[in-house]
Amino acid sequence: MQRRKFNIIPVLFLLPSIALLLVFVYIPLIQNFYNSFFDFSVFSQTKTFVGLENFKNLLADKVVSVALLNNVKYAIISVILQVGIALVLAYILEDKLFHRVAPFLRVVYFMPVMISISVVALLFGFVYNPQMGLLNSFLELIGLENLKEVWLGNPETAIYSVIAMSQWHSIGFVTLLFIVAIQKIPKELYEAADIDGAGKIRKFFSITVPQVREAIFVNTLITITGSMLVFNEPYILTNGGPGFSSTVMSVHMYQTGFVKDNMGYASTLAIIIFLLTAVLALIQIKLSRTGKDD
Amino acid sequence: MEQVIKPSVEQVIKPSRKLRKFSIGQFVTMLMLAAFAIVILYPLLWMVISSMKSYNEIFNDVWGLPSTWIVENYSLAWSKGISGYFMNSFFVTSVTIIAVLIIGSMAAFVLARYKTRWIDIALIFTIGGMMMNPQVALIPLFNILTNLDLINTHWALILTYIAYRLPLTILLLRGYFLSIPKELEESAIIDGCTEFGIYRRIYLPMSVPILLTTIVLTAFFAWNEFLFATVFIDSETLKTIPSGLMNFRDALRTDWGVLLAGMVLASLPMIALLIFLQKYLVQGLSEGSVKG
Repeated sequence: MQRRKFNIIPVLFLLPSIALLLVFVYIPLIQNFYNSFFDFSVFSQTKTFVGLENFKNLLADKVVSVALLNNVKYAIISVILQVGIALVLAYILEDKLFHRVAPFLRVVYFMPVMISISVVALLFGFVYNPQMGLLNSFLELIGLENLKEVWLGNPETAIYSVIAMSQWHSIGFVTLLFIVAIQKIPKELYEAADIDGAGKIRKFFSITVPQVREAIFVNTLITITGSMLVFNEPYILTNGGPGFSSTVMSVHMYQTGFVKDNMGYASTLAIIIFLLTAVLALIQIKLSRTGKDD
Repeated sequence: MEQVIKPSVEQVIKPSRKLRKFSIGQFVTMLMLAAFAIVILYPLLWMVISSMKSYNEIFNDVWGLPSTWIVENYSLAWSKGISGYFMNSFFVTSVTIIAVLIIGSMAAFVLARYKTRWIDIALIFTIGGMMMNPQVALIPLFNILTNLDLINTHWALILTYIAYRLPLTILLLRGYFLSIPKELEESAIIDGCTEFGIYRRIYLPMSVPILLTTIVLTAFFAWNEFLFATVFIDSETLKTIPSGLMNFRDALRTDWGVLLAGMVLASLPMIALLIFLQKYLVQGLSEGSVKG
């Protein structure tokens, strides 16, 4: 690289990005750490220094363990369905046997992705409605009336109902990403396997899975990150209830800060969310190979 | 497992073009695909059908078609608030897209073309923003925006949306810019082209696909963002669609048909955008691998 004369362009071109990131991304992060040592409310500018009080409260807070466990349930179920099932689905759709229906099914499965999560959550309010809901009506229709349930009003089923909605919303999207990855696999590999007489299941495990290893890894990473950050779905559908049964970390943080007006402790909860996701994001940045082109 | 040793029916009898081996496994798979398609499609179809029903018909006959198709639900939804949310979402989304494109491409241009220690630091600084997420910054942002007197204005959303979209945008654009051949700019410099000219005349026109990807991803984010839109905007007249719909639900109580019509209306713009630009969305997501 030859040495250029100093020119103003790089500085000018970078300035807006740096300024925005500084003010709205990095300063809030530092501020949030600072806030966690204080006790304050939304509308008062006075902050009371409380030292590690908020962190002590964290250990005594029963809702935290419920919320974390719900985030973990979210992550496990989402990984199984959105990585496992989505990969199998993509493999089936890319199979020659289904080449006639595949284009249509791809569009169908992708449809929920196009719809805003707030609309989806309102729609699933109708699906789970105990009196007229689609789910209970369907169970009645096929004679499984004893399975009818107050899906969102029962502490046992609320979180799973929320998670199920998320799967409905996202599985088609991950399937599409896997389809893109599968289409990049060289056809010769499958042809060679055909000659060796490998069946479909064998080909799936010996060729497809190793070849889309990277996509599996990245999708797992995104899915876990998304599960740690999930807010809209439980907030809109159940508001974390009944009780705290479907609360997740971000809903707990929001309610602590903006409903109970306990901003200091909410900042401490935000730190937990940050720690849960920052490491995953770091791995993701390392993985995204900048400078490659397709 | 497929049998390969035993000659199949097809090999013995000369098969017609359409005749294929039809196995139990294939049939079961087909059934599962179909069942899954119904599970996905039906709620959406139900939403559209029920948006033209009266409350009583929805409640008492959840599956049935409406006895009269009440198309007025749509004009009611529009006039009762959706039109306002629409305008707000449209404004916030368009300004965000334009700003992200300009600001992000300028930064990516410099980060792709220069190589110094400072540029490396700037690169880490901008892309490192991907580690942050809106939830963690929510409370400090609320304070900062209050101090800037931006709370309860569209700028509270626009500025934060831009900031949180920049890291991924810069990552994607820079990656694409690096693949633009150096010879082009070298000959342009000989012809007396300025630095800014190279950016505007060479880099931007050559990067249309990735710019479209950025537009789709940003539009999708800004149109659907819920948390900031709920916390930073109080006034009913300024709400965007996601937070506005919640108000709509509370205001309408039992006017389900109108609510459902509003939900359908709210979904249409993104469906249209994605039908046209789906290719760019998928490309962006498999490269940047970020969930919307």
